[in-house]
Amino acid sequence: MASRLMWASQAASFLRISLFSRAFSTVIKDLKYSDTHEWAKVDGSSVTIGITDHAQDHLGDVVYVELPEVGANAKQGKNFGSVESVKATSDVNSPVSGEIVEVNSELNGSPGLINGSPFEKGWIIKVKMSDAGELNSLMDSEQYSKFCEEEDAKH
Amino acid sequence: MALPQAIKAGLPCMNLLRMTAVPILKQLYLEERLLRSSAENWCIISHGTSLPTIVMGISGRPSELVELKPVLRDQIPVIRRFSGGGTVIIDNGTLFVSLICNKNAIPGLQPYPHPIMSWTGQLYGQVLCEFGDFHLRENDYAFNSHKFGGNAQSIIKDRWIHHTSFLWDYDAKNMEYLKLPSRAPKYRSARSHVEFLCRMKDYVPSRTSFIEGTIKSLGGHFSIRPFDLDELGSLSSSLSGSTKLLTRQELEEAYTSQCVAVYPMYKAFIEPDLQTAHIKFSNKFNPFTGFQNPTYILKSPRNVPVGQIKSVLSQEHKESTEETYDIYLLPPGEDLEAC
Repeated sequence: MASRLMWASQAASFLRISLFSRAFSTVIKDLKYSDTHEWAKVDGSSVTIGITDHAQDHLGDVVYVELPEVGANAKQGKNFGSVESVKATSDVNSPVSGEIVEVNSELNGSPGLINGSPFEKGWIIKVKMSDAGELNSLMDSEQYSKFCEEEDAKH
Repeated sequence: MALPQAIKAGLPCMNLLRMTAVPILKQLYLEERLLRSSAENWCIISHGTSLPTIVMGISGRPSELVELKPVLRDQIPVIRRFSGGGTVIIDNGTLFVSLICNKNAIPGLQPYPHPIMSWTGQLYGQVLCEFGDFHLRENDYAFNSHKFGGNAQSIIKDRWIHHTSFLWDYDAKNMEYLKLPSRAPKYRSARSHVEFLCRMKDYVPSRTSFIEGTIKSLGGHFSIRPFDLDELGSLSSSLSGSTKLLTRQELEEAYTSQCVAVYPMYKAFIEPDLQTAHIKFSNKFNPFTGFQNPTYILKSPRNVPVGQIKSVLSQEHKESTEETYDIYLLPPGEDLEAC
């Protein structure tokens, strides 16, 4: 719609930034991805969860992470914690259901690990998966890359 | 039941809730509840909360942000809200506008902090550019470089809230309850609260003109439906939400934690040796005066004679001699060499 382009370019000139298409974010091959930009690394019934490079890039510098308690229950598609970046707190949703068996307490002192190492040191929780079938509703790396491309192209 | 307005073709509906004299805690409970449990778009416009109240962002720590001694003395309430962002002290002169939207409500707007910030900035720019040199400066609303509006957001799966506290007017005395924040935007340039902020009423003819202008600007994107507060029921309940009024005990604990480190160590390890000493403490370096009073300390491994240094300084330089002593507190049990 014309109005969308108009406000986007008005906003851009307002803020004196140029609109150009972004380069690719990193996507790791063997992980599973949700449509709210979380990744899941499956190791038997244990699943490590974090947010993707695409997500951390759009959020900005993470200054605080609200972690859940160990022992709490995660539910697929529901929020389990949040990250704070400039002025905003954003929910993090779990790609799978199950008991939270570990949280990354390093993030308390170093929330920036999510920006610097979103797929490794910036992992957020580990879940004991209750239903492996839930993995089928997640995307693989190729599908996720395409998903991100389509999202960015729409805006 | 409020009279429905004619639905504008193709535009999503936005409920408009106008409130006065509702305490900020109740307003935040309401906003968090509407964000998480409603599927509709909302605009909440409110002012007239009478008690000065401090509102911190979700990760706010009172010992870092608040002058705890006067706050405890004067019993100023301190709230931690569910959204991100910084600390404000609100009073009768503060005007609040909160926008709660579904992620698809604005075509082409991605539900991330920066796009939402620039979209809302553009919305308010439309309303305010005729009254002053409006800018969205690093997430604040400012006339020139003087801030009059602070923003905060919370983004969940399919919805977001962007709420703003506008300084229609403020009592400068209240700013004394807030510390100078360690995390401040660059354009602040270490200015004090009163040098950094401005009052909207000095730029905009009336609150009504701003409010009506904002509603009109929103009307370009939504079909606005006035909503009555009574239709919402009780505001006292907070769901298992994050908004929290800090207890007096929490504030007192934060205050004591400030005092338990340096001062007791001084009392135990330095004061006994000061019985016969004559010491004058003077601190000339004030980081908050910024570039007006810089202190530059030159250190070099080279052994340069004084005359050689003087020869490269300008003729007008002034000299003074000072003796400084660095005092280090060595924690008990620590080895000097290892520290």
